[in-house]
Amino acid sequence: MNKNIDLFLTFLKIGAFTFGGGYAMIPMIQQEICIQHQWLNEKDLLEIVAVAESTPGPVAINAATFVGYRTSGFSGACAATFGVVLPSFLIISLISMVLKEFQDFRAVQYAFMGIRAGVLALILKALYSMFQASEKNIFSYVVMAVSLILTAFLKIDAVCVIIGCAVFGLLRSWIYRKEHNYDSD
Amino acid sequence: MILIELFLTFLKIGAFTFGGGYAMLPLIQSEVERHQWLTQEELVNFIAVSESTPGPLAVNMATFVGIRTGGILGALCATFGVILPSFVIILIVAKCFEKFRKSNAVSGIMNGLKPAVIGMIASSFLSVGSTVFFSDGFKTDIFSEIQFWISFSIFILSAILAFKKVHPIAIIVLSAVIGIIAGYGFNFA
Repeated sequence: MNKNIDLFLTFLKIGAFTFGGGYAMIPMIQQEICIQHQWLNEKDLLEIVAVAESTPGPVAINAATFVGYRTSGFSGACAATFGVVLPSFLIISLISMVLKEFQDFRAVQYAFMGIRAGVLALILKALYSMFQASEKNIFSYVVMAVSLILTAFLKIDAVCVIIGCAVFGLLRSWIYRKEHNYDSD
Repeated sequence: MILIELFLTFLKIGAFTFGGGYAMLPLIQSEVERHQWLTQEELVNFIAVSESTPGPLAVNMATFVGIRTGGILGALCATFGVILPSFVIILIVAKCFEKFRKSNAVSGIMNGLKPAVIGMIASSFLSVGSTVFFSDGFKTDIFSEIQFWISFSIFILSAILAFKKVHPIAIIVLSAVIGIIAGYGFNFA
């Protein structure tokens, strides 16, 4: 079968059956891409995940584009990305129409009152997991605290905070390397 | 024009989101608020819908905000916008993969970005929290007080379940059921 069509269908399946996005997708990508189709090996996939995390954009899209490109070039990247997005797009379009019809129902409003509190707990859990996985040093605690204060209390735009922290991290690594006389690329 | 505005806004969100899942929440929150495309409550409702439907959160959100503000064309523009930066950047990175992976500059930038994203999600947590607990401002009539305690109980219960690794969809369904029972039980307006 044409490799592009195959990529499209594989990522269509991944997009249609993973909930919660990015990281939830990795095991399924592993199953489909490394084991079933053997387009890439496990080591490639690990590297792709690392890159997907350190480039802008949703991890799911990054991973799909990268796997598609590695497997079959530019057309493969297009096929995989289109495949992973399509199910979301169709399902959400449908749901938003249904939601519009039902949103004024009392039961629906009560349900969402409860759901909002549940979502808050999910955000807390995500926050905790990310904190657990982060580096435990003064520098990263300071950046966390400063970006919290800047966005929550001083209402600084998120994009400005992101750019600022990126520059800060870059400067710090330069200074650190100069001090330790590392030879670098 | 709304379609171009949707495209450019989600292009910006796509270009400045680092990491999966909730990492895009602070950005989408500030943009949606600035353009007044959704209320904070609608946004939180929709996070639940995104969690309970398949696909990447970012694409789900883009499609939803797009369709609400600009119909199907709006959804197309927003989704295309959120994907485009990823797509282009990954194609570039894939070409010079080894250089990128070993670059000290990249790892330095990521050392600054990762904790920043955590701080910003903490900020989103606070603002979503104020929406959940004090949805009609800080009024203190009897109904909003009951509503506060219901939301608070659901939050505590959900947090315990989430930390016990119960699946998010199960938590959302349970919260909905409690919300409906409590809503009819106390007969809210």
